Formats: sequence, structure tokens, C-alpha cells
Amino acid sequence: MKPRTLYDKLWDAHVVHVEPDGTALLYIDRHLVHEVTSPQAFDGLRLAGRQPWRTTSVLAVPDHNVPTTDRDRGIADPVSRLQVETLDANCKEFRLTEFRMDDPRQGIVHVIGPEQGFTQPGMTLVCGDSHTSTHGAFGALAFGIGTSEVEHVLATQCLWQKKSKTMLVKVEGELGRGVTAKDIVLAIIGRIGTAGGTGYAIEFGGSAIRALSMEGRMTVCNMAIEAGARAGMVAVDEKTVAYLRGRPGAPVGAMWDQAADYWRTMVTDPGAQFDAVVELDAAAIMPQVTWGTSPEMVVPVSGRVPDPAEAPSAVKQGDWERALQYMGLAAHTPINEIGVDKVFIGSCTNSRIEDLREAAAVAQWGLQHGRKVAANVRLAMVVPGSGLVKAQAEAEGLDRVFREAGFEWRDPGCSMCLAMNADRLEPGERCASTSNRNFEGRQGQGGRTHLVSPAMAAAAAMFGHFVDVRSLS
Amino acid sequence: MKPFTQHTGLVAPLDRANVDTDAIIPKQFLKSIKRAGFGPNAFDEWRYLDRGEPGQDCSTRPLNPDFVLNQPRYQGASILLARENFGCGSSREHAPWALEDFGFRAIIAPSFADIFYNNCFKNGLLPIVLPAETVDRLFRETAAAEGYRLAVDLAAQTVTTPAGESFAFQVDAERKHRLMNGLDDIGITLTHVDTIRAYEDRRRRETPWLFQ
Ligand code: SF4
Repeated sequence: MKPRTLYDKLWDAHVVHVEPDGTALLYIDRHLVHEVTSPQAFDGLRLAGRQPWRTTSVLAVPDHNVPTTDRDRGIADPVSRLQVETLDANCKEFRLTEFRMDDPRQGIVHVIGPEQGFTQPGMTLVCGDSHTSTHGAFGALAFGIGTSEVEHVLATQCLWQKKSKTMLVKVEGELGRGVTAKDIVLAIIGRIGTAGGTGYAIEFGGSAIRALSMEGRMTVCNMAIEAGARAGMVAVDEKTVAYLRGRPGAPVGAMWDQAADYWRTMVTDPGAQFDAVVELDAAAIMPQVTWGTSPEMVVPVSGRVPDPAEAPSAVKQGDWERALQYMGLAAHTPINEIGVDKVFIGSCTNSRIEDLREAAAVAQWGLQHGRKVAANVRLAMVVPGSGLVKAQAEAEGLDRVFREAGFEWRDPGCSMCLAMNADRLEPGERCASTSNRNFEGRQGQGGRTHLVSPAMAAAAAMFGHFVDVRSLS
Repeated sequence: MKPFTQHTGLVAPLDRANVDTDAIIPKQFLKSIKRAGFGPNAFDEWRYLDRGEPGQDCSTRPLNPDFVLNQPRYQGASILLARENFGCGSSREHAPWALEDFGFRAIIAPSFADIFYNNCFKNGLLPIVLPAETVDRLFRETAAAEGYRLAVDLAAQTVTTPAGESFAFQVDAERKHRLMNGLDDIGITLTHVDTIRAYEDRRRRETPWLFQ
């Protein structure tokens, strides 16, 4: 048989039917649902008198609108509250599993899927959310869909899809100290651009990717969408299998062995061809900081804000000028002289236990060196990705380190990643954020976002401006 | 879904790359549990000078005179001319809902983000990819002639200028067929029920843990 890529294998295993023009009906194994992109889909089902095809394939959770403080008092904003209550009512009516706001397992949809073992290798997994690419870290085909497609999957367990082209992003070598998965993916986006992956499914490979933990691989795949690719993925290895062992959704007994054997085949065959290959040297990647309003506007922390006059094209020059104006930055400003007003550690990119450990280590360093959150920082908040991450962090004492250093320790949810709840930037406020999007207004109208790793965000909190985490020793 | 066959309409130019779905419809409007009524909030942060909130009457809000869609010459536009990577960012279908509700029937750009592109077809909105040089030219012609209109013919897969010049564009046969006939995807899929069931039965035997 012709050698196949991981993507080819996932695709082939899920094709139910193909139209003459190549459009395929693809079977969907798992469907994650949240409150924002689902109400109209459930309405559609009701209007047509349809029922979900396979209720056990669905896991629902409210995450975008939930408050991160005083949760026992409910949601103050009536519009947000209605959206969460609508999800509760829809899940009840259609008999779908939901982790409600008061469930200890509640969290960001892309954090709880893997955590519960709901996400597994070899699967197709969708969610009405672009960061569904996260789950590709498990050797699964996972991508975001719109609300019409949410309804379509609920009603038919399938989706109409055209096969993507394949891209291998190979990161070889060893990362320097203080350089993380977040820096890898920001460097990749800086290289190929936010449209570089459009039309492709990206497989991340190379020794630096294999050396990452599952958490790190999720961070990288999470931002595949920021490079324009709907899906990102990493081949299965023993780390993948070990991560799944004992999770609530993982198979047990003889079925575990059967599943694990199958999972181990979820790798690209030697000699398989990709439509495009991009290579990066891990050792050359430095901690990254975005300076503009698109994730591709990124430089190493040792760099400076670029000059639009040096932009590669006239369109880009206009974009850079607009970005600098929105961000309130002048060309040539050294990154480490940019001060921050707020710090946000959280989101489906960086709110897992390992992220919190990295950030807490920097906070701990600060405490040992007589530093707390800097006086010019109005708010530094840590928002765990799920109730279980929160509990584990507390068991490890990370919450105490954060609190002592002056961070706020919150309840799980999307929070200031997109500011649909009460957590947001005010106009003009500048934020070091571990989230994935620095678009205009993303964290609050007029807010200015700089994307960084958890360690870099914690360091910015302790110093009040960006600093190179590698200089802390 | 409204079928799309041919459409001739006024063109409005949105001259920036990477217009994301957060810009097309800001997050506070995503709290709605309805599918209609997003038009008045399309491009909200660029279009108005105040901060938009869901449920507000937009007719009395202060307009940003600098925003292109607010200029008198582009009132009633139904074709949006845009730059590369239009619709990047989140998967929110509220973005095509807002554009459609605003009055757009077609969007022309050198490239679109995948999810957005896909979502457009589910809502009777036609995204048209033309080469960057052609788009550049259309931007210049739109700026030069007030009342500049383009004619889009989906059957012929062409965009025609007032001078009669035509540009061909590509579209998947299946997408074209569904959009031209306003067909509902779910209805089509449900004609394949037996095939889906047969697939499921096979997978249940081969990979039983997927169905636990
Ligand atoms: S954390 Fe942010 S990016 Fe992730 S699902 Fe929530 S809003 Fe979307």
C-alpha cells in the first residue's frame, strides 16, 4: 500500500460516501458543544422535528459566558445567563451529557475533552469553535465548524468535507531553557503567516515536537487555526497512550489493548508525501511576544517593534501602521520596554496544569527575589482551564504561590481570552496574555493584547513590562 | 436557504487584510440565542463611535463617518470587496449571518479563511476568490466610479464589470449545486441514512471503543 500521512489515514477511515466532485460525507466520532454556537442548532433540530443521531458522541459544557468569581451567585448578566440556561435546557431536552457550571469537571471545552479521555487518537472530533484543532495533539482529526454544521452533526453524525492539502511543520533540535510550546507555535505563525496554512491540515513533527508533553502539543495544535489551518495534529507515541490511561472516557481491559494497538498506527508512514514542508530549528527559537493585532505580528522578546516602512508589501505596510496605531506603539520600541496594565494567564492555549506550573515557577522566583506583581499592573489573573486543573493546582500549592505574589486565582472558563463574561480590558489597556488571539477588541473594546507564554506572562506581571524569562536565574 | 443564481449589485470596498470574525461581529452579540437580526451590528466597533451592546436600537447611535460602509456612496451595497484572508479567526457563523442580514449577497477577496468560507455557503452568501491583481483592479475601479456595480453569475462562474469585462472564478461543483438550488444539507445527508448505518455497523465491529 502507498505510504500515507496521518491525515490521509484519519480521512480514509471516516469516509462514508463520496460525491463525483470529491466532496465526502465524513463520519464524526465525537462532538463537543458549548453555549455560544449551539442554541440556533438546537432550534433547527426542534423546528425540523429531528433528534440527535447518537447522544453518547456529545459532551457539552458552558465556558465562554461563565463568571470566574462568586460563581455560587450565578451569572449577573441576564443575556449571558440566558445563553447558559438555554444550553442546560437543550441538553436536558435532547438527553446529552453536560458538565454544568457547578460541576467540578466544568471547564474550557478544549481542556475538558482531553482531560476526560473523551478525545482519543484516530477519531474525528468537531466543535462549534475554531480552537477544536487543539485535540489534534492526540493524533485525531479535529476541527472547528459553524452552527449550521453543529446542527448537521447532531442530526446525521456526519459532515460534508473536501479533503485538505497536507503540510508538515518540522521542528528539529532542542529548545533553549525558558522556551516553550507557545513560543514554537508563535514562531511558526511568524514564519508562515496567518494565512500560511489556509487549505492545509498541518502535522507538527520533528524531535522538538516529540519532546513536548501532551500539554505542550495541545498548545501547538491549538494555534494551528491561527496559522490558517483548520486542523493541526501530532502523531501518536507512547506519551499519547500514557496520557489516556485511566481517564474516565478511555477504554479498559481487553478493549484498552485493542484500542492502544490501533492508536499506535496513527502516525505518518515513512516515505509519505506532504504537499508542503516547513522546517524550523528549535534551538533558534526565542521567547516570543506579539506586537500587533494579528498573531503573525510577532518578534522575539529581545527584538523591537518593527517599522512599517520595512513591511514586505504595500498592503502589509498599511496593516502594520494600523496595528501600531491601535496598539499605541512606536516603531523601533524595544519589546522589553513595553509596560503592561493587566496580565491574563489562562485560555484553551495555556491553562493546563503544566502551564500553571511554569507560571507559578516564575512567581516563586519573584517571591524569592523580593518581587511581587508590579505596582503598575492593575490586575494579574490566573484562570485554570477546568475545575480539575484548579483542584490539582491547589493540591500542588500553586494557588498559594500565585496569591502570595499578588495574582488573583479564579474559577475556570474562557474569561478574558475573549471577554464575553465580566473579565475584560478597558479601552487602551495593555495586556500580557497567554491566549491565542490579539485581534482588535478581542479582550475588550480598545484593549491591547500581547500574546506570550505562561512564563513570559508571569514575568511581565512581576516586572510590569516584558522581560526575557531566560534572564531570571 | 435563499438560492443564489445571479446577482448584480453595488460594490463596497473594505481595504484591509485579515479582517477577522471578531471585527465582523464583536463577541457581545454572540450572546444572542437567535439566528437573525445581526445586520445592524455588523462591523460594530468600526461602524459606530460608541460601544455596542446587544438589544440596543442602533438607528440612534453615532456613526463613524470614516468607516467606508457609512459613506453615502456605498449605501445599499450588496457586494463586498475585501483583501486576503477575509473571515479569519473564530468559527462563529454569526459573521455570515451579520453580513447577510446587512444586505450582502457576495464577497470578493483574494483568499478567505476556511471555516468562514464554508459557513457562507450555508447561508446563501457567495464567497468569490479572484487573483490578487484582479481584486486590486476592482478596488481601483470601485474607488474611481461612484455607483460601481458588478454582476455575479454563479452558473457561469463569472464576475462582470460595468465595462463588460468578465473574470472567471472557481467553486466546487457540489457547493455550487446546493447554493444554486437553495438545498438544505441535512436533507441531502439523510438520503444516505443506510450508508451511514452500514458504516457505523462496520466501525462498531472494528473499533468498538468508539461507541462506548
Ligand atoms: S479559551 Fe478563548 S479561544 Fe479557547 S475556546 Fe474559550 S474563547 Fe475560544
